[in-house]
Amino acid sequence: MELLLLFFIFTLAGFLGFELIAKVPSQLHTPLMSGANAISGITIVGAMVAAGADDGSWITTVLGTAAVTLAMINVVGGYFVTDRMLGMFKKKGAASAETKKGGVAK
Amino acid sequence: MNSEILINSAYIVASCLFIVGLKMLGRQATARKGNLISGVGMLIAIVVTLLDRHVIDFTWIIVGLVAGTVIGLACARLVKMTAMPEMVALLNGFGGLASLIVGAAEFMRIRIGEVTPAHPEFTAAAIFMAIIIGGVTFTGSMYAFCKLAEWLSGRPILFAGQHVLNGLMLLVTLVAGVAYVVSGDPSVVLIAFLAYTVLSLILGWTTVMPIGGGDMPVVISLLNSLSGLAACAAGFVISNNVLIVAGCLVGTSGVILSIIMCKAMNRSLMNVLFSGFGSKPGAAAEGS
Repeated sequence: MELLLLFFIFTLAGFLGFELIAKVPSQLHTPLMSGANAISGITIVGAMVAAGADDGSWITTVLGTAAVTLAMINVVGGYFVTDRMLGMFKKKGAASAETKKGGVAK
Repeated sequence: MNSEILINSAYIVASCLFIVGLKMLGRQATARKGNLISGVGMLIAIVVTLLDRHVIDFTWIIVGLVAGTVIGLACARLVKMTAMPEMVALLNGFGGLASLIVGAAEFMRIRIGEVTPAHPEFTAAAIFMAIIIGGVTFTGSMYAFCKLAEWLSGRPILFAGQHVLNGLMLLVTLVAGVAYVVSGDPSVVLIAFLAYTVLSLILGWTTVMPIGGGDMPVVISLLNSLSGLAACAAGFVISNNVLIVAGCLVGTSGVILSIIMCKAMNRSLMNVLFSGFGSKPGAAAEGS
């Protein structure tokens, strides 16, 4: 039953993902990709469980620590890179964004 | 029990923040705020995981978190604006590798008898998925990074029988996976585990090989989608809802984004992926 529940949320999340993205202006393609990439760093939750489980085996601790480090680079790097891209964008397009705000925003 | 409820409630909040954040990232006016919202979701997920009853020793988690934060910040601050796409590829590769390692660590824990999964075959299949998808994501992203950073030639590299070779490797990987899941013999399990881990790493590299440097953004978007699915598979390994929801969201929205990106270039996804192969699409890349 528990497995079925996992598949249940898996299927619904999949459909949601398909529906979530539509009509993205082309200048947002890279930031959106980067932002989604940062979310995929959620694997850090699994990495933390692996690193923190005190099971007396140094191998799993080493593997877990490596995974936490890598996933954290993905998370921190991902969010800050995305923010930098979007910030840049605002400064550069500030003047033109004001005039065509209605058209672009909605 | 109380902490279990608290953790799962926090995971629900984090999942909602990811969904709202991702939606807002798709609109110019709200994009930056959306990124911040999804970042808050991630922070909640990380902090609350420290309360997990499986987490006993914090030393190495803190070491990993601090090291990752320092390196990640340095990457994000120092990279030039023009080098952003390859930076995303690099970060994506790290995420894929992390999922692979989560799968491998769980494999080790089951092997030494520390953990006994309730459904051994199912967990084995999930470990297999996390490792092969994570492996392909890692080396594929590294290759995309090298091509964009011009460490390697951006030209598509083609040779005779390439798609047959890729197809064969994928087939062997799947056979090793089946052997791994159904075999009870510890030595067979270990050999199959090593075989599909190594093969998935090779496959990621050879699948990106025939795709030209100009098409790398689409490839990175697809690999990003794969890294989401790898995280999702890792979620099935440790039965964690937030990993499954967030991973699957990234997985499917990444596919849609890749298709939108192809349309913006007036190409089809199949054309981008297999143009190097000529008219016949290779089974390997399609399957992985």
